[in-house]
Amino acid sequence: MPYLPTPGTTVLRVGVTGVYLDAATAAPPHPVAREALLAALADGWADPARLYTQARRARQLLDAARAATAETLGVRPDEVSFTASGTTAAHAAVLGGLAGRRRAGSVLVHSAIEHSAVLHAARRHEAAGGSAVSVPVDRLGRLDLDAWSAAVAAPGVALAALISASHEVGTVQPVAAAARACADAGVPLYVDAAQSVGRVPLPDGWSVLTASAHKWGGPPGVGVLVVRKGTRWESPYPEDERESGRTPGVLDLPAVVAAAAALRAVAAGATAEAARLSALVDRIRSTVAATVPDVEVVGDPVDRLPHLVTFSCLYVDGEALLHALDRRGFAVSSGSSCTSSTLRPSHVLEAMGVLSHGNVRVSLHRDTTEAEVTRFLAELPEVVATLRTEAGVTDL
Amino acid sequence: METVEVLDCRGQRCPLPVIRLARRLPEVAVGTVLRVLADDPAAANDIPAWCRMRGQEFVGPTAVGDTPAYDVRRTT
Repeated sequence: MPYLPTPGTTVLRVGVTGVYLDAATAAPPHPVAREALLAALADGWADPARLYTQARRARQLLDAARAATAETLGVRPDEVSFTASGTTAAHAAVLGGLAGRRRAGSVLVHSAIEHSAVLHAARRHEAAGGSAVSVPVDRLGRLDLDAWSAAVAAPGVALAALISASHEVGTVQPVAAAARACADAGVPLYVDAAQSVGRVPLPDGWSVLTASAHKWGGPPGVGVLVVRKGTRWESPYPEDERESGRTPGVLDLPAVVAAAAALRAVAAGATAEAARLSALVDRIRSTVAATVPDVEVVGDPVDRLPHLVTFSCLYVDGEALLHALDRRGFAVSSGSSCTSSTLRPSHVLEAMGVLSHGNVRVSLHRDTTEAEVTRFLAELPEVVATLRTEAGVTDL
Repeated sequence: METVEVLDCRGQRCPLPVIRLARRLPEVAVGTVLRVLADDPAAANDIPAWCRMRGQEFVGPTAVGDTPAYDVRRTT
């Protein structure tokens, strides 16, 4: 029989004793999220659209979650909609932004290093007869602003999409300058801020923004879609009155409440936490480069996210590296082709022209300790050396 | 016409084509172009990256029949 945890049974707590270094995929839930989730499960299960006492209580919780999220993001509550995930928020941002501007044209301009959710929405747009223009980045993963400015100024551009900072290598993008180019061309800008929200101040000048709660310590299954007043955005979904017509279907309200509570909590301590994690990332960058032979530490060393660092180890199989680290209790992710279902390397590493095999992304979170980082840095050189010995490449 | 040697890495997954290239290139004379046949999609990215890291010249991508190929000149 499939195992589901119930009261009185022992839940297998996988990975609790390990060193979890993949916050960029999903951060461990913030304690405030756990508390808010349990409280909202008891009090927020009813449909907030109905007209009875239980529904009004649910509506109050939803309104409070929206108000708290809007305040943290520095926007109006009626500009904030919750979605079923960060991915659905990104899809809605792209397809809704294009639909709302179809009279202006059918061209989507995006950076080459957008999240796959944005690129998949772009492919859908192309399949429906639209077109997409990908703007390159340099070796550090920074947007080519001249190419971007020319692309958004071309005729027929309906929407531009730029990630706030690379989710794979951490390089912060010149969003303010990119937004000025968009404003000059009269093109709305969509910013995927999944790795920035709750960690660093948000850039200005965008019309649409999305985020994902499990990146900041909220539960999985909650996305945020912000559409600024005056933006031409039209839902790409069949009509539905939920969330100002922007998100179809009933929300997971307890998870939304937990996400909003966690966001407020992490935002309150974001500056100090960013400084703490950034110092650890600096240490990882310099130590890996010094102790692992033939390694390429990628991304901008200075203008970067505070919690994320990526490096590639020459002649090492990325999948073997992930498994070897996992056996020692380290959870990391990789952009190497052998770790992807398509057997293609990360499009971000490709766009930067950096080594894609033997790739490791380390991303830190509020529970990450200096001792954990020290242990990782102490064990990594031996892990890489062992794999190179096994592959017979130590003489290369 | 300069000398071109061929290294057949068809059917090999990353990082094997780069490892084979690293092993073979020192065996050819300086100035020789080594043409690496590789159908692994990562080779298109990782062979130029290896050349940059190792100070060898990536001449450019090409093709042999339907197989993608990458020309590398030994410079040192």
